[in-house]
Amino acid sequence: MSQNKILIRGTKVLGGDAADVLVDGETISAVGTGLEAAGATVIDADGLVLLPGLVDLHTHLREPGREDSETVLTGTRAAAAGGFTAVHAMANTFPVADTAGVVEQVWRLGKEAGYCDVQPVGAVTVGLDGKQLAELGAMHESAAGVTVFSDDGKCVHDAVIMRRALEYVKTFDGVVAQHAQEPRLTEGAQMNEGEVSAELGLGGWPAVAEESIIARDVLLAAHVGSRVHICHLSTAGSVEIVRWAKSKGWNVTAEVTPHHLLLTDEMVRSYNPVYKVNPPLRTAEDVTALREALADGTIDCVATDHAPHPHEDKDCEWGAAAMGMVGLETALSVVQQTMVDTGMLTWEQVADRMSHAPARIGRLTGQGRPVSPGEPANLTLVDPAYRGAVDPAHFASRSRNTPYEGRDLPGRVTHTFLRGRATVIDGKLT
Amino acid sequence: MKRHLISAADLTRDDAVLILDTAEELGRLADRPIKKLPTLRGRTVVNLFFEDSTRTRISFEAAAKRLSADVINFSAKGSSVSKGESLKDTALTLEAMGADAVVIRHHDSGAPHRLATSGWIGGSVVNAGDGTHEHPTQALLDAFTLRRRLGDGPGTDLAGRRVTIVGDILHSRVARSNVHLLSTLGAEVTLVAPPTLVPVRTESWPCEVSYDLDAQLAKSDAVMMLRVQRERMNAAYFPTEREYARRYGLSGERMARMPEHAVVMHPGPMNRGMEISAEVADSPRCTAVEQVTNGVSIRMAVLYLLLSGADSGPQPAEPTPASTQTNAPTTTRTEESK
Repeated sequence: MSQNKILIRGTKVLGGDAADVLVDGETISAVGTGLEAAGATVIDADGLVLLPGLVDLHTHLREPGREDSETVLTGTRAAAAGGFTAVHAMANTFPVADTAGVVEQVWRLGKEAGYCDVQPVGAVTVGLDGKQLAELGAMHESAAGVTVFSDDGKCVHDAVIMRRALEYVKTFDGVVAQHAQEPRLTEGAQMNEGEVSAELGLGGWPAVAEESIIARDVLLAAHVGSRVHICHLSTAGSVEIVRWAKSKGWNVTAEVTPHHLLLTDEMVRSYNPVYKVNPPLRTAEDVTALREALADGTIDCVATDHAPHPHEDKDCEWGAAAMGMVGLETALSVVQQTMVDTGMLTWEQVADRMSHAPARIGRLTGQGRPVSPGEPANLTLVDPAYRGAVDPAHFASRSRNTPYEGRDLPGRVTHTFLRGRATVIDGKLT
Repeated sequence: MKRHLISAADLTRDDAVLILDTAEELGRLADRPIKKLPTLRGRTVVNLFFEDSTRTRISFEAAAKRLSADVINFSAKGSSVSKGESLKDTALTLEAMGADAVVIRHHDSGAPHRLATSGWIGGSVVNAGDGTHEHPTQALLDAFTLRRRLGDGPGTDLAGRRVTIVGDILHSRVARSNVHLLSTLGAEVTLVAPPTLVPVRTESWPCEVSYDLDAQLAKSDAVMMLRVQRERMNAAYFPTEREYARRYGLSGERMARMPEHAVVMHPGPMNRGMEISAEVADSPRCTAVEQVTNGVSIRMAVLYLLLSGADSGPQPAEPTPASTQTNAPTTTRTEESK
């Protein structure tokens, strides 16, 4: 089979000066100006920004079990459309990804789909039940090679179970990704507890329910000398705790979702369940703190928490609605709007927060690499000048539960390459 | 008036006074041998109740029937389909039947708002209590009762009146609606409860919050006691019924420290011995039974104004003298906080 050659001409590599990038087969073979390559497919990338392929640490692909909302195929197509070349598939499927068998199944479905690398996340406890450790070692040794473990959707709330999990994953440099939610403090919780919940009469989800777990877990991680990752950090107080833990030199990392960088609990006044998500949308002060923390590196990365739900689970009253939003296909646009267009992050830093850092946390080799000769050609081209309203009808995801319908967002992914193979060309999936 | 009545915050001072004045007019029907007006003949009012509530349902039913509307009672409680599907599908069914107004009681806060804004139905939506959010017709009947008892006539509001609302504010839709409505009408509202039963952020509410009932008694024109569910103590909102009654219950001794003209209100059903003693409940100062009677008049007024498309009452009320109009800052704040 002849080697596939692609010349990306005149692109701003990581937002810098225009350069040419030559892809030969699965790797980047040259980066420079005035590159020529006979027989190469040429992409005119004038004005486009070239990023390393995006990596998502937090994706719900729903397969197995909820194929009515998403499958590995539709979810990875959505990922590719959003510029991602790797996603971490969360464990809260049916059955739960708490055995080597299930994680290998998901991993294999990802291979078959071929739109992006699917790295399964293993459950910390059997059935996400918080009581008995799942076979973490077996999942690590499986073909899926799991290193990230999470009961996401549920908090590993028992301090002893959390401690043991943190200790146990040390043997293979694993990480526990915690969904920080003190369960007793959030019984019946429907939205952020604050001024808006008081008025709307919706059950409050207080910031302290997240912050108290994060405080406990960074202390536990420090105590046992392990690595903890905080999922979807959402409050200003959580930022302070993570900043403090990092100042101690402890091995803690954190992610923020695009929606927590943009939306606030004021949206809930509409009682429209597209704004119902867990952790809930917080206040404008929290949004500011999260943006600053992502800019200064306190928060390591952006993760989508892409959470597809079928139409009927959102086309109902607030209390009955499912929590979660799709996010893969709008993540980069939201980050551009909230962080790049505001001058808080350069494109080079976006590459760090959305590719290098999540790949590093997930211990993915071959993803989140520099745009340099010899590196795998996992690449994303973005048109930052694009402006347009979000139209969920065009989503590749099987679900449409986006809070951005009709909202003007900047930026558009024009091309995505997975090891040199185009998964998106001119904004269209291949 | 708007097409729907979802929140007491949707009502301007003039809207509210119009409803109260209309209720005065319609209330006179109750004294006639034939308690019926032909106003809503041929219109269909659906009582859609997802939660048990005999008194509110029959109050709306009586109100609609006295205006000659056709009434359909739809009790969706106990339905086996998932809650979301049942609200939407039920709404579509009612729409297909040609409901002109849907009176909805629902256990989820925001369900009436959702019903009114989802496009599922075209008729008017009247909130008959949603979760722990609002119960606007209860607030209207409370304001109506207050205005009558305190001797203020048609056209007037409640400017300068001091109302103390005591009890489980956190879970009370009655309290939320009353805070909005009474402050819109110019009253000064104070909420009294143990801190566990007050929402954590009420700074923007147009009212005061106090933890001390005794400090409020002497200056209150009305004390409104809210029902406190005994089960709350299992979730540690308060230690025991006894302690709750001692600190926040309205006893005869406490009632005696209220001004002579001041009234005791209760939306019912009462927990005698808990938030209110039998002595107070049975005293002539307690308006609980009167509130029920007034509820029918208020609901007639609301249905009449929403469905007849009229801008004023059946026998036009006296124009409100400008001098009695209050533009308290709290009114504006309530409007902004919508």
